[in-house]
Amino acid sequence: MQPVATTFFFYFLSGLTLASGVLVITRKNPVHSALALIFGLLAQAGLYLMLYAPFVAGVQIILYAGGIMVLFLFVIMLVNLERSQKEEQFNKQWLVGIVAAAALGVLFVLVYMKGADLFPVRMTLPTESNNTQEIGVMLYGQYMFAFEIASLLLLVAIIGAVVMAKKRI
Amino acid sequence: MLDYVTSYLSSNTTPGQAGNVLWVLIYILVVFGAVSVAVMAMNWLERKALAHFQIRLGPMRVGPHGLLQPIADAIKLLTKEDIVPAEADKFVFWIAPLIILCASFTVYIVVPFGPTHAITDLNIGILFMLGVSSLSVLGVVMAGWASNSHYPLIGALRSSAQMVSYEVAMGMTVVSAVLMTSLNKTGTGTLSMIGIVQAQQSQQIWFLFKFFPLGLIAFAIFAIAMVAETNRAPFDLPEAESELTAGFHTEYSGLRWSLFMLGEYAAMIAVSSIAVTLWLGGWLRPFPNTLTGGAWDLVFSLVPGLLFIALAVIAFVGVVRMPKHPYFRIQTIGLAGFGAVLGLIGLILFAPPVRDRIQDIFWFTAKVAGFMYLYIWYRATFPRYRFDQLMKVGWKVLLPIAIGVLILTAVLGVLL
Repeated sequence: MQPVATTFFFYFLSGLTLASGVLVITRKNPVHSALALIFGLLAQAGLYLMLYAPFVAGVQIILYAGGIMVLFLFVIMLVNLERSQKEEQFNKQWLVGIVAAAALGVLFVLVYMKGADLFPVRMTLPTESNNTQEIGVMLYGQYMFAFEIASLLLLVAIIGAVVMAKKRI
Repeated sequence: MLDYVTSYLSSNTTPGQAGNVLWVLIYILVVFGAVSVAVMAMNWLERKALAHFQIRLGPMRVGPHGLLQPIADAIKLLTKEDIVPAEADKFVFWIAPLIILCASFTVYIVVPFGPTHAITDLNIGILFMLGVSSLSVLGVVMAGWASNSHYPLIGALRSSAQMVSYEVAMGMTVVSAVLMTSLNKTGTGTLSMIGIVQAQQSQQIWFLFKFFPLGLIAFAIFAIAMVAETNRAPFDLPEAESELTAGFHTEYSGLRWSLFMLGEYAAMIAVSSIAVTLWLGGWLRPFPNTLTGGAWDLVFSLVPGLLFIALAVIAFVGVVRMPKHPYFRIQTIGLAGFGAVLGLIGLILFAPPVRDRIQDIFWFTAKVAGFMYLYIWYRATFPRYRFDQLMKVGWKVLLPIAIGVLILTAVLGVLL
């Protein structure tokens, strides 16, 4: 199928991501920050879709926007909002912040100017129609070891959480 | 221009795949309208059926047998005062119903009403449906928090715990159905909604009966989890009226409240259509493999028309039984007109070109309608669960069984 209005959607989604990223750190109220973060994550899912990676987009929605953000909101609701609103939002580390931001900015500029040599000219993209199948084959074939290690790590984290939460097992 | 419009009709795919923006818009409008009308019809049916379960009459005043009641309700809700609590977080309060509404209507993009009758066929169809419908829990949480009141907050906390935990069992059963799609020559399955139904078609069996009773168990778990997922009785703890007045939407009134209702019913239809697609063969007619042949095809293709004719006959029986008092004259004429329209639709559905095109949509809708009736039936039959019982059922019963079914399905799929 032919993509429609690609440029428009790219700038729209990128703008949405940036705007909500700014909102996340500037809002005083943590619930508003979480709300902005959700929009940012959804816009990112849209960007993944535009990169012909529908599976990653779906996982982004189901895990980040639908799963993790619910837990975020859950926790935010249980803490005392009144106190957190009175606390100072930004600390005074201006110098370190500027240095870090400048370093990141230089990196971006360098990648933008010399990026053509860094990346292979033409990667063989998995076609959109069997993107999920390709990812499955890769995860359980080429990257089997890394995948299993990651799942073991998550298992350890789950067991650790249960052990810490429960007094008597 | 005209070529652009007509080129889709011969392309034999979904408008999304054909990349035809105009037809995509038309499909979206039709689906949106149809779902909204279905929600209104469901509203009437629920009140009416519940009333008859409890040996009452239900709405009888507005229109014959209360047929116009949903419209009256809608007007009432639209003109009602829209109250925002003084201490509420205005913005979050405003956006919460919209999130629920958007989440429950967006999933219709991939619902396959027929082999070519879907807005588009995403490669990740079922994943997309589960993901986007899980976003509605955000709306519930925000509504509960933004109201700045105790009952809504407790309702929202309950609801998020409930929806997150039943989603897990639901996902496991969905995976076992997706595994079944991979039992073909190439050995790769599919997540696309249309692909799943086509897999059932080519394997000559609904996944409900595949690896009996594994498919049946997975379906049963999904059918339970989807009721919990949409916060309906007997799992309607987030809005348990005896304890929490109305749960997370206690503080909502008027239009915003109606958006919650619209979202809830749209989500019910959406999850029912997931169940129909995964286990009940989607748009396939009943017994496609045993009752084959032209004669049976013809018989099954006449069912939609016959159903509408039957509805028309029921309407005319109602006309005859209407009291003969002049007070009821307008209602009688209206009911007769309604019956005539139904009969006319039935006659149109008999025409061969319409008959062939409408069949798959009809069977899909009929199966979904069965589920919608089940929802009402549950509500009239089962008492509400207690919250700890609900959690126990979700985590200690449904989830282990779902994982067991998943493992057994994988083993049988490799062996057979």
